[in-house]
Amino acid sequence: MLAFFLRKLIWAIATLAVASVLVFAALEIVPGDPAEVMLGINATDDAIAALRESLGLNKPVLERYISWLGGMLVGDFGQSYTYSVSVRELVADRITISLPLALLSLLISTLIAIPVGLYAAAKRGSLADTGIMALTQIGIAIPNFWFALLLVYFLAIWLQLVPAGGFPGWDAGFWVALKSLLLPSLSLALPQAAILSRVTRSALLETMGEDYIRTARAKGLSRRATLWHHALRNALIPVLTILGLQFAYLLAGTIIIENVFYLPGLGRLVFQAISLRDLIVVESVVMMLVATIIIINLVVDLAYLWVDPRLRNRSP
Amino acid sequence: MINFLQTALGNRSFATGFIITCIVVFMAALSFIWTPYDVTDLDIAAKLKPPSASHWLGTDHFGRDIFSMIMVGARNSIAVALVAVVIGVGFGVPLGCWAAARGGLIDEGLMRGNDVIFAFPALLSAVMITAVFGPGAINAIIAIGIFNIPVFARLSRGAALSLWPRDFILAARAAGKSKARITVEHIVPNMANLLIVQSTIAFALGIIQEAGLAYVGLGTQPPLPSWGKMLNEAQTMMSFAPHMAIVPGLAIVITVLGLNLLGDGLRDVLDPRLTRKRD
Amino acid sequence: MLEIEDLSLQIGTTPILDRVSLSVEPGQILGIVGESGSGKSLTALSAMQLLPEGSSASGSIRFDGRELLNADDVEMQALRGDDLAMIFQEPMTALNPVHSIGDQIAEGITLHTGSDRGQARQLAADMMQRVGLPVDQFPLSRFPHELSGGQRQRVMIAMACALRPKVLIADEPTTALDVTLQAQILHLLRELVEENDMGLVLISHDLAVVAEMTDELVVMRDGIIVDRGPTGTVLRTIEHPYTARLAKASTHIPVRNKPPVLSETSRQQGTAPLVSGRSLVREYRTRRQSLFRAGKPFRAVNNVNIDIYPGQTMGLVGESGCGKSTLARLILALDVPTAGTIEFDGTNLTAASEEQLQIARKNIQVVFQDPFASFNPRHKVERLVAEPLFLEPDITPEQKRDRVVGSLEEVGLSASALEKYPHQFSGGQRQRLAIARALITRPALIVADEPVSALDVSIRAQVLDLLAELRERLGLAYLFISHDLSVVRALCDEVMVMEAGEIVERGIVSEIFDNPRSEAAIQLVNATPDLARALENRQTEN
Repeated sequence: MLAFFLRKLIWAIATLAVASVLVFAALEIVPGDPAEVMLGINATDDAIAALRESLGLNKPVLERYISWLGGMLVGDFGQSYTYSVSVRELVADRITISLPLALLSLLISTLIAIPVGLYAAAKRGSLADTGIMALTQIGIAIPNFWFALLLVYFLAIWLQLVPAGGFPGWDAGFWVALKSLLLPSLSLALPQAAILSRVTRSALLETMGEDYIRTARAKGLSRRATLWHHALRNALIPVLTILGLQFAYLLAGTIIIENVFYLPGLGRLVFQAISLRDLIVVESVVMMLVATIIIINLVVDLAYLWVDPRLRNRSP
Repeated sequence: MINFLQTALGNRSFATGFIITCIVVFMAALSFIWTPYDVTDLDIAAKLKPPSASHWLGTDHFGRDIFSMIMVGARNSIAVALVAVVIGVGFGVPLGCWAAARGGLIDEGLMRGNDVIFAFPALLSAVMITAVFGPGAINAIIAIGIFNIPVFARLSRGAALSLWPRDFILAARAAGKSKARITVEHIVPNMANLLIVQSTIAFALGIIQEAGLAYVGLGTQPPLPSWGKMLNEAQTMMSFAPHMAIVPGLAIVITVLGLNLLGDGLRDVLDPRLTRKRD
Repeated sequence: MLEIEDLSLQIGTTPILDRVSLSVEPGQILGIVGESGSGKSLTALSAMQLLPEGSSASGSIRFDGRELLNADDVEMQALRGDDLAMIFQEPMTALNPVHSIGDQIAEGITLHTGSDRGQARQLAADMMQRVGLPVDQFPLSRFPHELSGGQRQRVMIAMACALRPKVLIADEPTTALDVTLQAQILHLLRELVEENDMGLVLISHDLAVVAEMTDELVVMRDGIIVDRGPTGTVLRTIEHPYTARLAKASTHIPVRNKPPVLSETSRQQGTAPLVSGRSLVREYRTRRQSLFRAGKPFRAVNNVNIDIYPGQTMGLVGESGCGKSTLARLILALDVPTAGTIEFDGTNLTAASEEQLQIARKNIQVVFQDPFASFNPRHKVERLVAEPLFLEPDITPEQKRDRVVGSLEEVGLSASALEKYPHQFSGGQRQRLAIARALITRPALIVADEPVSALDVSIRAQVLDLLAELRERLGLAYLFISHDLSVVRALCDEVMVMEAGEIVERGIVSEIFDNPRSEAAIQLVNATPDLARALENRQTEN
């Protein structure tokens, strides 16, 4: 079990290392001088030289990569050129919105999808199942940001039930802040829930056709009991895989959704940084998001251990 | 081919998806020679009109005809998603087949490479690419295409691995055929069904992703209309011109729904297990 | 106890069973024997009311006086696993991989007796002990993947018999197992029948197995019971023509017109062996034991010498996993030995150029076990059979077609097959196609890896005849791999017994099988069910 975990951990670290090289390299291939790109065409030569110096662009590539990586490991992401504050402060501030948003969406989507998938599988072929499947088929086709626009239009503009956007900050109180994250996370979660419930249903139906389900029935278990005790846990294996992939989508999705709801999260930050050509910020935010995705996938791998005993040891 | 269509159209999902897809493709093609209005025609006097007889789907804040914009936007969505799928298949399938045929370190290395790319959702790649090269439709294609590569590599590797130990492959090897030749003659044709189904799904996903990128300004740039861009412009006008947001969104939903139904239908029609049962 | 009367069954619109009647009493073993598609498994599933969706049954199934055919789910659930239990063919997939075996055995106990977890686990432990898996070696916390196939089947039996069912239905319980394991499992089942005064319905395709095990026998074919009666009587008098056919086919021995080719004689005559392997070793790396320690290499083939002379049929027998298939792959040059040499017709294959290899490949062809998996489902017969002709690039399309037709005719098929796809043929015909493909390069040796194991007995007899006939007509040599000694005895001149990667005994077939000396060979011979021997034993019993 420990060996499995260690192997996964080492791979996760290796993946992170490769990803960091990719992100770093992207900045290296900026056509022309990054300092010039960041300052625009009207900058003076002196300003460019000063920025080059402060970015450390005059040092060799390897040295810069190592100091960048080393800095990130101790939480030093460098200095934002446009905001004149450390990137760390900037990011720390914004991630308190983006990460809760992504996690809340994942939670909502799972809480909806697994019961719905179970129900549809249990009632296979019924009217309810057909209805649910039709609904999820449409749900998959809906882009989350459009769904967000519709929610804003109906719930905020028409019915005025919730604020249309903005974020009061966690200081305004946990529930108040959470309420303003509700619509954004719903609009992220529902289209994902559609996919997840379909996966859950089909995984369940597939396991229901396995030999061991027949064994369980021959033991005298009811159809319902076999579904709960024997099919569900086996069906969780593909569901977990999809969950891991979905988190990446959700995290990327927050970037878009924050724009719909005017939430001052990492997404807004990154687009402002792009338009201001603040490459350091872009680089840091992308790296942070990639790292989060890799860590979540590591967690998913550990969840496999819990679900599937075949991974725990392999002694015959 | 005609035989195949006849059987396939008996499948309800396939028939619905096929018809929707044909309509969307037809509209996109038609937009090259005819649209109700020119999409670059600004008519401020007729701005923000709801759907009517003269403007079937209304006009936007510059008085442009939304129906015409949807037609031209379809062109753009299809082009981006299609090229992204071609990139995914073109790189992913050979890589996956190679990994499966060679095994060992090459396999391990390629699959780890896949994991790295999986950590970069299309949006993050697009953010990086845009930050470096500036925004544009090509970025969207590259970002979505790169994300498609590991999807197809994984799929074709898995399929190839399950085919290699099969007796008919062993028989071909016993005849002395090379691994490359066996891959082309036996492996790829036997995974074609899977690839076709996955391609329609990736195509549908590509359309959603393209719209998302255009919506946040990382994809297609004005003045070319694109569905995502239209939604972006509609956002501030939700309260008084909701049709501007509803129409392009519906266009996306219908197109993606059509492609997904097509994929589901194809899966049922092409599934070898079902085929075998029929014999 | 269990009484089936006039049971008819349809799935969709396809009729499956037609007025099947049978019964089993406490302490009695009833055999149901038949070829694939005879409806024997579905008869059993009817009794359990576990039929696939879309089935409709009529007639009557009474258990302990209660009618089961229209019993509701709750009633059936109370019965299943308690008084009426069943075990299945495939032990590898019949247990849930995510639950421990203890939990899986205890589950049924708690369900039916309402006993608490502790009691249920205690009973589970006792049952494990009873089926030969003492808990000090096989703790209840084990998962199915930590057990072998035979052990899993024991767990299945423990699960089914924990509550002392009145009737146990066993659907081909040993078909997926090696003969020695088969003998153990059958023995265990018989003991449980005697201990618990249990009725057992044993479903099998193997006449020898039912002849050894059962008291009563029904013979099924195409959903109808064609013959029935006390096992000894049915199999000794053999009145019904179908039973006769089955019995004849399962003991069928093809005619051998020419004398067997023996290694000893060939050597004395100075004939060079066709294939000659010396000190062959094939090692596989195993999974790393930890991050820093590589796994111990596993020797699938260990120091094997093998000679096959022209026209000789060499048998290779052994349990699954003993290395027979690896050895075959080495001879086919699909795999490279870790050490040792293989010569074909004087050419050393391990150091051969691609050109020399091609000549060898033309001369060594292969036929696999599963006729359904050995063809690319997307190609037509012409292309499939012609595949090895890839080795002769200069051939014209006309010549190619002629060769394919010639090959098809050799195996009793006609040119009309050329434009068909493999799925349009039956299992037996496909195996003929596989042989046609092997013949097309005019090989000197055919490696046949369990070529008849997946076939029903009557088809098996036909394919064996074909192999025997081709051998005489074309002077072929065979390396014939099988786990089934009766087939090897029927066809081979000499045999090698393999165990754990080594050849432990070799010689003339009749000598080895009548008088085995090595432990492995003795075990194999004793465990192999034998119809004649079983009937003889019955004679002495009665």
